[in-house]
Amino acid sequence: MKGLSKDRLWSIAVLTPSIILIAVFVYGFIARSVYVSMTDWGNDPAQALALDPIIRWVGLANYQELFTGFLQGRFRQELISTIFFTLFFILGCLGLGLGLALILDRNPKGEGLWRTIFLFPMSLSFIVTGTIWRWMLQPGGGVNQAPTLLGGEASTFGWLSSTDALWKFDWNKLPLLTASVVGLVLAVMAVRAARSGDRTRTLVAAACAALLFLWALFIGPNVKMLPAPELHGFNLALIGIIIAAVWQMSGYTMALYLAGLRGIPEELREAARVDGANDIGMYQHVIFPLLAPITLSAMIVLGHISLKIFDLVYAMAGPDNINTSVPALNMYLTSFRQNQFALGAAIGTILLILVAFVIVPYLSSQFRTEEGHA
Amino acid sequence: MTTTAPANATPTAAPRRAIKPGRVVMYALLILAALFFLVPVYLLFATALKSPDAINLATTWHWPAALNWASFSEAWNKIGGNVLNSLFLAVTATILSALLGSLNGYALSKWKFRGANTLFALMLFGMFIPYQAVLIPLFQFIKSLGLYGSIWGLILAHVVYGIPITTLIFRNFYADVPDALIEAATIDGAGFWQIYGRVIFPISIPGFVVVIIWQFTQVWNEFLFAATLTNTTSQPVTYALSQLAGGQAVSWNLPMAGAILAALPTLLVYILLGRYFVRGLLAGSVKG
Repeated sequence: MKGLSKDRLWSIAVLTPSIILIAVFVYGFIARSVYVSMTDWGNDPAQALALDPIIRWVGLANYQELFTGFLQGRFRQELISTIFFTLFFILGCLGLGLGLALILDRNPKGEGLWRTIFLFPMSLSFIVTGTIWRWMLQPGGGVNQAPTLLGGEASTFGWLSSTDALWKFDWNKLPLLTASVVGLVLAVMAVRAARSGDRTRTLVAAACAALLFLWALFIGPNVKMLPAPELHGFNLALIGIIIAAVWQMSGYTMALYLAGLRGIPEELREAARVDGANDIGMYQHVIFPLLAPITLSAMIVLGHISLKIFDLVYAMAGPDNINTSVPALNMYLTSFRQNQFALGAAIGTILLILVAFVIVPYLSSQFRTEEGHA
Repeated sequence: MTTTAPANATPTAAPRRAIKPGRVVMYALLILAALFFLVPVYLLFATALKSPDAINLATTWHWPAALNWASFSEAWNKIGGNVLNSLFLAVTATILSALLGSLNGYALSKWKFRGANTLFALMLFGMFIPYQAVLIPLFQFIKSLGLYGSIWGLILAHVVYGIPITTLIFRNFYADVPDALIEAATIDGAGFWQIYGRVIFPISIPGFVVVIIWQFTQVWNEFLFAATLTNTTSQPVTYALSQLAGGQAVSWNLPMAGAILAALPTLLVYILLGRYFVRGLLAGSVKG
């Protein structure tokens, strides 16, 4: 018994340095960042790099500045850009990855070689990928010249320099839009809960949805975050960056899906075939439902990568292209080029909140099931 | 993954063997996809091997008439020092992370205590955070240690933020080691360290390979810390490459040759040890 407890003490002793390091470098630094984001450090350039700067507590003023300040339109566009980027990047990776995995699952000749080709960009850095694709997408070169190889006319699309945007909307409408979308989702949840007979869930979801809709009807239209309308939308210059990101990361989803497909026992497919399912029916009713958890994992991993993407944008479009910029890039520039540490910390904190929305439910669900098994 | 491939060769299409067009479409799609992945590589080499005056937007796609290997030596002159920085950084950080991860994984999977899972989940969160949310305090901290601009500051950051993933991979790896083995060793009177040294460590080679490959690739490819914590003497290759490609004056054969130099180590690792690379990749989605 004595030896056992000594061993347990050793195991804790081994873990202690890592626990302290993570506590300081992750949680301590996050706390410190949140604190810095609520001060005015760096808002006065004279104080920014002073050895002993005068730092005052300003509460949420920096956040207010980012969302409603006249000078921070760039950040608001970046926030919208990052949402669109994430959406199309995930869709692209899932679609291409699943397609490739389904083909490879049919055992073409030289399967290993194909897989190597589809996965190799994963081993490159975003900087290398960005450098290559920056050259590919030069106006008047690379991709735009490709049609001439087939005797066509060169394209003139400004891949990274385009200033056009789609689906523009007024930033003032954002609370209204958000409330409506969340309300709609909650309403759907309520209906589904009602069908499965979960009464408390139905009531809670319906009540929240009703509250949001009431707010959207009566208060939402009068909310004004900015004095003048400010239009933001999906910048076309992002398309090239999304393609490069999908080029790099779709191999990852392919590997995930392929591992999933290989994990489906042959008997299950056999059984479906005996039951008279054709190929399409089998995919629809047997294989795709089994791949659903993989899709969720992939969405979460890709989602958090996409929300913090920074190096690819930096390498492809440079730091100063506001049409392709993302919050992660803005944070770096604000903090380390303009020395506005408080504002930078606020952007970093907003990024963290966005990522936490994706990651925390995932981690807690993973470990809840694991404790359940134990 | 690769080992299971022969087991189910010729399964799905067996009843419809007669229909060939399906296979033709399949290969056509594969070739199309391969083109999407390989065309940038062609352009990369075609541009790197051109001499500056042969680079012309209208002839982007042409293979160079005369190969200009000097691009590589020129690119090496500009970023060779950074490649060596990266090499030192990645090797040192990887070895330290792997050792730390192995010990952590062993302690967490074989000497479970109450709250071990919660602790592990809290640790894992550190792997997903956007580093922008810790960047300012990290920068101040490294500076206050006097490590700003030194490669050791960067190594410290990589080792610390590498703890979650290396611990995760080793924890999952050791979870497959039967507990009976540990119990038998305990009965023989072996303690925590003897079990690690005689039972666990000797069978850890595959785990180490996965972690080393993964961590080496991550550290080599990282950019944000590189851009914030280093100065001109300690910049790793990713940062140097971004500077090389960002400048307006250089002709494009240089950044392309530089990109090849920067990509080569991780690409070689991937091509030679792809199987382990994929394992690390799958482990990154938490459960693997």
